[in-house]
Order: sequence, then C-alpha cells, then structure tokens
Amino acid sequence: MSANKESWGSRVGLILAMAGNAVGLGNFLRFPVQAVQNGGGAFIIPYLVCFLVMGIPLLWIEWSMGRFGGKFGHHSTPFIVDTMHKNRLWKYIGVFGIWTNIAVASYYCYLESWTLSYVFHSIGGTFAGLDQDGVAAFFNEYVSLGKSTLGIPFEPIVFFVICLLLNTWILSQGLAKGVERVAKIGMPMLIVFGAFLAYKGFTVTAGENGAINDSAVGLNFLWTPNYDQLWSPTVWLAAAGQIFFTLSVGMGTVHCYASYVRSKDDIALNAMSAGWMNEFVEVVLGSSILIPISIGYLGIDRVTELVQLGGLGLGFKTLPYLFFQWGDTIGAVAGFMWFGLLFFAGITSSLAMGTPWIGFLQDEFNWRRKSAAWSFGLIVLILGMPTVLFFKYGVFDEYDYWAGTVSLVVFALFETILFAWVFGMNKGWREINSGADIKVPGIYRFIIKFITPLLLLWVFIGSLVTPKGGDWGAALSGNWVLDNSSIIKKLMNADLKEKLAAATDPAVIQQLQDTLFFVNASRVLLVTVFLSIALLVYIAYKKRVREGRI
Amino acid sequence: MNTSALVVMLATMFLVTGLMIYFFIRVINTPPKPEPDSYLDNDDEPERQVRP
Repeated sequence: MSANKESWGSRVGLILAMAGNAVGLGNFLRFPVQAVQNGGGAFIIPYLVCFLVMGIPLLWIEWSMGRFGGKFGHHSTPFIVDTMHKNRLWKYIGVFGIWTNIAVASYYCYLESWTLSYVFHSIGGTFAGLDQDGVAAFFNEYVSLGKSTLGIPFEPIVFFVICLLLNTWILSQGLAKGVERVAKIGMPMLIVFGAFLAYKGFTVTAGENGAINDSAVGLNFLWTPNYDQLWSPTVWLAAAGQIFFTLSVGMGTVHCYASYVRSKDDIALNAMSAGWMNEFVEVVLGSSILIPISIGYLGIDRVTELVQLGGLGLGFKTLPYLFFQWGDTIGAVAGFMWFGLLFFAGITSSLAMGTPWIGFLQDEFNWRRKSAAWSFGLIVLILGMPTVLFFKYGVFDEYDYWAGTVSLVVFALFETILFAWVFGMNKGWREINSGADIKVPGIYRFIIKFITPLLLLWVFIGSLVTPKGGDWGAALSGNWVLDNSSIIKKLMNADLKEKLAAATDPAVIQQLQDTLFFVNASRVLLVTVFLSIALLVYIAYKKRVREGRI
Repeated sequence: MNTSALVVMLATMFLVTGLMIYFFIRVINTPPKPEPDSYLDNDDEPERQVRP
C-alpha cells in the first residue's frame, strides 16, 4: 500500500496553490518583454486565443488526468498515464513529469534565491548609492560569485542553500500544512505587492524624481496594437510559448496537485478559477510594472535595447536603481515589494515542482513524506550546483532550454494525444465533466480532440525547424535556412561554433571552448537524470508486478 | 495614452479581471459536495457528517 494519505485543506487553498504553481517569475519578467517584442497590444489577441484553445484545454486535460490517476492511488505522471492505456511504454513518457520538475527546480531555486537575496539588499540599502551601471555591475558580480556587500562569503551559494532548505522544509510539512499554507499567504501578498507597484507604474510623471516620460509613454509602447504582426507565425508561436510557460502545463505539477482531488469533486471550475487568476497576475499586474517604470526613467530606445537581453536584466539590473529614484525609503519599500512578489511567485512554483517526486516515492517505495522531501532537496542541490558555479558558461540557460522549454512542449503534445485519441474523447469528456460545478462548453470536445493537438504539433515543429530570423515567408517559398534558435541548430551548438570560428582573441576562444564543454556536460547530466528516473519507474513497475498490484 | 492603446488595455484588463472574479466567486458560492470530499478543513463540521 502507498504511504501517501495526503489531502488538500480547502478548495480555495487548492486553487491558490494551483494558481501559485502557475504564477512564476515569467508573469512579471517574461510576459511584458514578449508583448513588446511581438506587436505590443496586438500580441494580446494571439495570446488570449492561445489561452482559449490551448491553455484552457490543457488545464482541463491535466486536471482530469491527475484526478483519474489519483483514483488508483497514483500521484505522479508515470503511473497516472500508465492507468490510461494498456501499453506499458506510456509510463516512460510520464517520466517527463518528474524529470522536468527536478531539472527546472535545480535552476529555478537559484533564480528564486536571487530574489530572496535582493529583498535583503533592498531593505539594507545596497542599491541606494549606486548608479545604474553600479546596480548592473552588482548583479554581474553576484552571479559570478564575487564579493558581496552583506559580507557573506559565497553569498549566492548561501542564499541558494537557504532557499532549498526553506522549500524542502515546507514540502516536508505536507500538502495542507505546507504547500497550501504558503499559497494562502503568498498569493494574497503577491497581489497586494503587485497592486502597489502597478499603481506606481501608472503614476510615473515626467519631470518628477528624474523621470523623463509619463507612464502613458510606456503603456502606449506596450499596448499600442500593431495589427500587421498578427499575420506573423513568429508572433503566434511566441504567444503559444508564453501560454505554456505561464500556466505551468506540460510539467506534471498540475496532474500531481489534482491527483489529491476525489472523483466526485469538481475540477472544471477549479481549473478555470486558477487559470484566470494566473492571467490576472500576468496581464493586469505583469504589464503594469516593468515596462511603464523602465520607460518612464530610461526612455523607449534604451528599454528597447535592454528588452533584447530579456526580462531578467530589466528586473534585476535596472529596476532596483529606478526604485531609488523615488527616495531612499520608498525605494527600499518598492524593492522589498518587487523582489518579495517575485519570491512568492517563485516559491509557490518551486514547491509544486517538488510534489511529483515526493508523490512518486510515497506511492511506489513507501517513503515517508519527510524523507521524500529531503531527498528532493538533496537532488536539487546536487543538480543545481552546476548552475550556480558555472552560470557564466551557460549551464543555467541550458537547463532552462531543454527542461524548461522543449520538454514542456513534448510532454504536453504526448499527453494531449494520449487523452484525446488513446484514452478516448468519450472517456476524457466524462472525466472533465465528472462532478463539474460549471457547464463545460461542448465546443471544447472538438477543440481538445483536434485544435489543441494540432496547435501543439505546430508549436513543436515551429521550434524544431525555426527559419532564420523567423522569416516563414522565405522558408515556405523554398529557402528554408534554420535559425540558430531552432532545436536542431541548438542541438548542434551552431551559435557557439559560429562564434568560435569568428573569434580571434585567445581569451574569448578559451571562454567559448569552456562554454561548449559545459553546455555538452549539462546535456549529459540531464539525460543521465532522465534515464535514472526511467530506471526507477521500471523498478517500481517490477515491484508492482511482484506485489500483484498490476 | 493614444486611443487604440487605451481601448486594448482597458478591454483586456476588464475582461481578465472580470473573469477572474467571476470564477472565483462561483467557487466560493458553490456548496461543497457531501462527505467524504477532497478537503480536510470541513471534515469536522457537524452538518456535513454522513448520516448512518
């Protein structure tokens, strides 16, 4: 028998935990950047369409798969998907639902530890006397394990370990007393902090506190629709990609949380409530902080330049400086709230990443919750240390690309095919509607069966063979040159090799060769972890056969 | 702000906020299923106990 007798404390708690799982740093750092890069206000149209025809269906699929597996005592994807079809190979596809979480948690907890550290630095006034270059230099020195102003040796490692200990301890307390309790505190705090910063974002006035633009300039930049971009497949791919990351679908966490819901209880309304809560945080709060404040103080040209480097740069290298333009006290409060909300967004997601592994050990090997939680912490520490120590060699980005990007699409594609075509839409539809507190529109039966899998297939192929510069017109007319960001070129390290071929400075050549080595080593490590989990699943299966449970 | 940006922003924000509130209120106002249900916090409420 499984040692897993966990339950959620309340329905609202489950929804907040599920929304917390979805709400992550990407809601505040990735979404606004994606919107700016893909047509401003017009991005929202493909984004919402993708949410309706891909995001919501995937939420319903994952919630109902999880609840279905939970009926048989399974709380992790390998054996949840195993219950859905007699072909025993499906459980190895389910390995993605544990592997992704462990691999993502390994770098995500490091990212989360930055936010925790920056909370202290904001309160402590580290950024008060620094100019913009000084704040950026602080970040660069921080991630290269340089000297810290708090006087703690190897400060990033210390904060990473603190963050991991915190995650592990909360996970060891169980679902209701640990994960749910944090979500009940963290989500309301996140919304309050976000509302304060959004208010500040909406009230930036040119000429006050060094601002060069009104907030309207930034909001225009973000929301002015560029309808020409609507016809670009690149924009649609970006919108679909953003929906993936924001909802945390294709990871196995939603299945795991939903597996603790009984079959007579609703999942359809729960999924909608958690899903729209995430959209509120992303679209309403996420769009009202980073871009309006940055453009207010730096201007459009500078922000356009910074946006090319992604949201992390703006969030960690620029905003702490801008906050202190409001004065030392408000600057410290704003910094505390900004990094505090990022921390809550991060921890509610990283906790979700721990639960599939814990559920797996409890179900299959009768581990106690505490031991399983500490084993998760230890694995993440071991797998995460390379991202800390070799950050400048691209290990962090490599984990993010394979585990946090490609793997999500692959698993989501497989699970949708399994649910709609192998398990069957008749049974699938019954699962979604079982105990439902809302009437699920009948059109979704068609969408889940045809539109969602096709859209996912298109996202996967679009990422596999992305044409150079996103020029689909040229590609479809016969001149299909792969972009270095495509999965195939990425696998071949094309970008690094091109840089290496062009480099002449021995120091740069050495740096690129080291990066190439660490990139390949990261991949070997990630593959080894995947195969190890697959082996554990095989052992668990054999154990089940021996015990007559299959 | 220019009119088109203002229209897109307000329409999107009101839509998303409205739907978030609507679904959350529906969750809160929906009576729980009879015991045994999925949630621990209401297990001890006398009126929710299964009658023999």
